[in-house]
Amino acid sequence: MTATLSRPARAGAAPEIAVCAVDRLIAGRGVAALLPDGRQVAVYKLDDGEVHAVCNIDPVARAAVMSRGLVGDRAGVPAVISPIGKQAYALEDGRGLDDPSRGISVFPTRVAEDGTVYVATEPAVRHARATAA
Amino acid sequence: MTEHIVVVGHGMVSHRFVSTLGSRYADADVAVTVIGEEPDPAYDRVGLSAYVGAWERDALHLDDARHSGDPRVTVRSGRLVTAIDTAARRVELDSGEYVDYDTLVLATGSRAFVPPVPGHDLPGCHVYRTLDDLDAIRAAAERAGAGAHGVVVGGGLLGIEAANALSLLGLVPHVVERNDRLMPVQVDGRGGALLCDLIRDRGIDVHLSVTDTVIEESAAGEADAAGGDGAAAAGGGDASASGDAGLRVALTSDDGETDVVDAALVVFSVGVRPRDELARAAGIAVAERGGVLTDRACRTSDPHVYAIGECAAIEGTCYGLVGPGYTSAEVAAGQITGDAGTEFTGADLATKLKLMGVDVASFGDAHGRTPDCLEVVVDDPVARTYNKLVLSDDALTLLGGVFVGDAGPYQLLKPLLGRTLPSSNPLSLITPGAAADSGVGVDALPDDAQICSCNAVSKGDLREAICGGACDVPALKACTRAGTSCGSCLPLMRQVLEAEGVEQSTALCEHFDQSRSELYEIVTVTGIRTFSGLIGRFGRGIGCDICKPTVASILASTSSDHVLDGEQAALQDTNDHFLANIQKNGTYSVVPRMPGGEVTAEQLIVIGEIARAHDLYVKVTGGQRIDMFGARVEELPAIWRRLVDAGMESGHAYGKSLRTVKSCVGTSWCRYGQQDSVAMAVLLETRYRGLRAPHKIKMAVSGCARECAEARGKDVGVIATENGWNLYVGGNGGATPRHAQLLAGDLTDDQLIRYIDRTVMFYVRTAERLQRMAPWLEALEGGLDHLREVVCDDSLGLAAELEERMEAHVAGYVDEWAAVLDDPDKLARFVSFVNAPEAPDPTVQFEQRDGRKVPVLLGSPAMPVRS
Repeated sequence: MTATLSRPARAGAAPEIAVCAVDRLIAGRGVAALLPDGRQVAVYKLDDGEVHAVCNIDPVARAAVMSRGLVGDRAGVPAVISPIGKQAYALEDGRGLDDPSRGISVFPTRVAEDGTVYVATEPAVRHARATAA
Repeated sequence: MTEHIVVVGHGMVSHRFVSTLGSRYADADVAVTVIGEEPDPAYDRVGLSAYVGAWERDALHLDDARHSGDPRVTVRSGRLVTAIDTAARRVELDSGEYVDYDTLVLATGSRAFVPPVPGHDLPGCHVYRTLDDLDAIRAAAERAGAGAHGVVVGGGLLGIEAANALSLLGLVPHVVERNDRLMPVQVDGRGGALLCDLIRDRGIDVHLSVTDTVIEESAAGEADAAGGDGAAAAGGGDASASGDAGLRVALTSDDGETDVVDAALVVFSVGVRPRDELARAAGIAVAERGGVLTDRACRTSDPHVYAIGECAAIEGTCYGLVGPGYTSAEVAAGQITGDAGTEFTGADLATKLKLMGVDVASFGDAHGRTPDCLEVVVDDPVARTYNKLVLSDDALTLLGGVFVGDAGPYQLLKPLLGRTLPSSNPLSLITPGAAADSGVGVDALPDDAQICSCNAVSKGDLREAICGGACDVPALKACTRAGTSCGSCLPLMRQVLEAEGVEQSTALCEHFDQSRSELYEIVTVTGIRTFSGLIGRFGRGIGCDICKPTVASILASTSSDHVLDGEQAALQDTNDHFLANIQKNGTYSVVPRMPGGEVTAEQLIVIGEIARAHDLYVKVTGGQRIDMFGARVEELPAIWRRLVDAGMESGHAYGKSLRTVKSCVGTSWCRYGQQDSVAMAVLLETRYRGLRAPHKIKMAVSGCARECAEARGKDVGVIATENGWNLYVGGNGGATPRHAQLLAGDLTDDQLIRYIDRTVMFYVRTAERLQRMAPWLEALEGGLDHLREVVCDDSLGLAAELEERMEAHVAGYVDEWAAVLDDPDKLARFVSFVNAPEAPDPTVQFEQRDGRKVPVLLGSPAMPVRS
């Protein structure tokens, strides 16, 4: 496994942005959201209501398509599957489930009490060979 | 020093000989020249009848028929060896050339025997032996037209196949047999009587105990006038010169009755004779009853000459089957390369035939000729099956058997030939339906029992391959060759795999143990309409990219709900979710439907205007439509608004669904067109548009046999004839191209549509995930014959239900795009960013390359990369 995981300290947590109301998300599907600096994330809601966000750029296809991938599980691990090359990535930590040498950056999320989905503007997990967010 | 081997003849046995040199003796220092008389390289002559209907020579060619993988081998097709000079060790070709040899291998096979009945050499008389013979029969049948009569002389296995071929060509076949039953070599009297009934039921006229056959010419339409005065009146040469000659075949049986058949053609299939003339002329010993005489090492009387296959009389016996032929090929290859341990040790003469749904099988001492043998018979006139076992006098050892009507028990019993039976109650072994409890299973077979007799592969060979890692049928085929010839042992191979504990999983994915077809049945039976309901009750986990789209497809093909309704929206693959084709940079291409390739000038202008407004790259597709590339997600609704306003609807270029129905111009414009192919293509495309299936479906309609729409390269192909439509199924392009095969001919519009309804629905219902029609048809037990029974004869009683389902689909069809445009909730999904719906994706960029717009991917030199 060549991916290096680094978890930045959560103290002074990264700034976050409001993305949309959680009701706007369809369980099992994603949407793309634009970060203030022009980068983009893919935000998914799972069937149990949990919200995840990863870098929207497909690390293999190098296109901004991850938000359009199907969400499912591999051996119980929640995952998103690239709509272009069908590679799967764990939603929790972004590791590549088909090719462990390739991962995808993962962004912290939060659903506020009013139902607004917030996404951090910096990833909590970065992968060495991941394409920039 | 390189040994030069010349092989005369290029049939299945010759091919096996050279392949064996290539595989088992790859290091032998030899140069091989193969000389074949037919224009084609080695082909599957056992499967000759499969050529009828498909008329596809290449399909019958054996793998690597020209041995291009072995640089030591040269194949020369279409060349006849005219003489052997054993002293000079060279052969002479019809071109006048000479080819020298160190070792000569005769694999000249045999020729069809034509009995010297009066008239046997008239034009209109054929044999059933080579691809060229079948072409000639086809041409004669087409000249004669549907409904003409054809006579097959010979009621053996090949004669019945020939009769079936005539039937497929639209003729009324007659089979003539000298004995009192069909297949007299393989089947006994009572089995033969049942077989005769079953064959007659399939529209073949059977004439038994015919001792005298006389063939005369008669001008077509003047048969009555010529017939009145008997033979003398019929001998004129004019009729044959005009090409319209008919034949008058008089068949007299041993009770003195004479049947007269006015036939367009006669096919002789009374047996074969070994082609030993080259050997005879060269002074090489031949057997008393013909055939090049060899010892068990396949050596002839000349030490430099071997004979293999049907031309060889091994210790005086000619074997007219491919199994012993293959064995002799392997023996000779071993002997020639110095592996002298191999010898011919006997042959398996078992026979199994399934023709027009009639099962016939026999093996061993089928006629009970062993002294004091016992016969156990189950003759069921209601089920129309006849099963017989021949046992030793102590009822312990199996000596042979005959099966007519249902050859089910044959597979497992045949390998037990000459062995002690696993059950003390032999009757239980052949009582229909009881085989499962009888103790006969693949487990009961010893390791040396032969599973594949064509290739002499034993159960032990298979087990060894399985231990070596072959874990499915294709792997077993590749490493043992079992199942690669006639294929009748495939079910047994599966059982061996199972008995060895190799589970043949049909599970869809890790979330469902069921296969797609099983899930389809579950959905229709339980009425469950949600993925969560289905996975909750029948699966586990939350699903994946395999099961979600599969279930989405099943739900779509069993109702007319919109694919983006409710929970279904989350199941769709990205193309179905955005109703467009995702391309490599995440933009989409849009393909409006153009049924049959028809488009109005107005619509063309609208397409042009859209492409200009959105700066799209435009290309005509392979399926007679127009594809616009480079649309961003948020542009799709605007594009579709204009298309819908112009009367165009979604072309489903994205889904696993009906794509296009291609057509030529047919009778409306073409001077050759026989039917209105455009109208039919439009009708079919309109009927099946939007239908979700296990894989994409493409169709085409050609207005005549010139086939400008290339219909036989499609899943469903329709070709006009003078009398209606021929329906072909199971063709496709792609990595493994296949020609579609004839399912039914000369159909009316109504019949055609009903047959397509049934075929397509049956496919939708029973195919596995991502299985196109061609592999589905190949995997279907019983293949094309079975499909024909289901579709044309309604053998499963499913026709009405299949048609109803299709009707429901047709009635419920709604253009998916128009429906999205009318639904603000769905429309809201077509945005670039949920928090900035109008902002174009900054990573989507294009460049002009050679005047063509192409996507630029993130990370390419033209794009700055952030870190």
